[in-house]
Amino acid sequence: MASYPEELRYTAEHEWAKVESGIVTVGITGYASDQLGDVVFVELPEIGRKLESMKPFGVVEAVKTVSDLYAPIAGEVVEVNTALVDNPALVNQSPYEDGWMIRIRPSSAEPLNGLMSSSEYEKLLEEQHA
Amino acid sequence: MTPTQTLKRTPFYDFHAAAGAKLIDFAGFEMPVRYTGDVREHLLVRESAGLFDISHMGEFHVAGSGALEFLNRVITNDLAAIAVGQAVYSPMCRPDGGIVDDLLVYRSADHFLVVVNASNKDKDFAWLKERCPAGVTLEDRSDDTALLAVQGPRTVEVMRGHVPDAVLDLGYYRFATGTLFGADAVIARTGYTGEDGFELYFHPRHAAAVWEGLMAAGKGVGMEPVGLGARDTLRLEMGFMLYGNDIDDTTSPLEAGLGWTVKLAKQDFIGKDTLVRQKEAGLARRLVGFGLEGRRVARQGSTLESGGREIGKVTSGSWSPSLGRPIGLGYVETPAAKSATLDAVVGGARQPAQVVKPPFYTKGSRKSG
Repeated sequence: MASYPEELRYTAEHEWAKVESGIVTVGITGYASDQLGDVVFVELPEIGRKLESMKPFGVVEAVKTVSDLYAPIAGEVVEVNTALVDNPALVNQSPYEDGWMIRIRPSSAEPLNGLMSSSEYEKLLEEQHA
Repeated sequence: MTPTQTLKRTPFYDFHAAAGAKLIDFAGFEMPVRYTGDVREHLLVRESAGLFDISHMGEFHVAGSGALEFLNRVITNDLAAIAVGQAVYSPMCRPDGGIVDDLLVYRSADHFLVVVNASNKDKDFAWLKERCPAGVTLEDRSDDTALLAVQGPRTVEVMRGHVPDAVLDLGYYRFATGTLFGADAVIARTGYTGEDGFELYFHPRHAAAVWEGLMAAGKGVGMEPVGLGARDTLRLEMGFMLYGNDIDDTTSPLEAGLGWTVKLAKQDFIGKDTLVRQKEAGLARRLVGFGLEGRRVARQGSTLESGGREIGKVTSGSWSPSLGRPIGLGYVETPAAKSATLDAVVGGARQPAQVVKPPFYTKGSRKSG
């Protein structure tokens, strides 16, 4: 099974999050993009929208299926990846880098507390397939 | 998703696994849904050629005196109107006009090959067995039949030199027997994609030789294996039915737009009375095709509206890789079926849709006649 970047944190809904200079970047994992297949559209929130932890913030449409996107943390949307408008395939090609989806100014000081580490996420996937 | 140990495997499982295919449970079989990508595989079939493992489907051998009359009594299409070496597509109806399955019947000189959906194999066999008269033999040969399809405009380049030349000249829905990489095979100019191609039926012991032979033969045109995901978007672009989505026990072939397969002039067949009455009374609903602007896809179960009122539901919906927009099929009240537009409710919002008479994709290479 693929390994998941160590510097990121993960949710049970297959989102990843990383914090840089107080801003949290969010996307979906390679596992999720692989399960979805070719992504054709990502519906992203407006800048300024307030998000609640583990509530949907958008939708990812793939050829064969559609899936909600869940906010890993609470906060305010400060940026969205407009490159995904013309090139939604970035989510499949580069889920952890060019395929990032939104940036959030978190409501709490330790925003990634409670999210899974790379090895915990990997273990969750193994358990789901057991 | 990891399939459980109780799933069946086709004779080509090892090739799918070696190619890194994503395997899913389909009709109790561990089948490849994709290898490299849904869009890539779909476009490969439209532009060149793809190789499909469809061995999960069911094949029944029907023979004996009375075989033609028996089959003609259970299907709506007319076997007496086709020649030896020809195949026919037909629904098989219940007395109430609902569809048990859609299937192909291949007519040979001394027997018929009936090919059915994997998901309905047991149901179809029981249905036929119950109605099979003395003197007609009905055998389930699915476990002894491997089935591959080569589909795409460059199919002939793949097959040339590996099948008798006469096979390459077969018309659409015609078939012949021949040797394919050492296997005795039924080679049929049929398919589910709208492209030129062949469906190849042979004994599973030849599986490796035929798969490897075809892959090598297809190298020159870049042929690759193609999964069930792309198979579904290819057929949807043609407006072909998927049993369980667009047709089932509750839908009649007339409602589904399959009137061309219903030969009401034929002597009695199961469902005929109902279909005659339905035709005379007019249909309350019809299956229509639709296309959406934007990128949100109206999937199976989505509501279809006209003037703010629900008039039907989507039965099949997907992104169309060839058209670059969402398309779908759904049953709507007959008056709405005649309008040019309707609305699809997607993600809680009303999206405008154009009514399209399938096929959505009109540049397919399948032979006409």
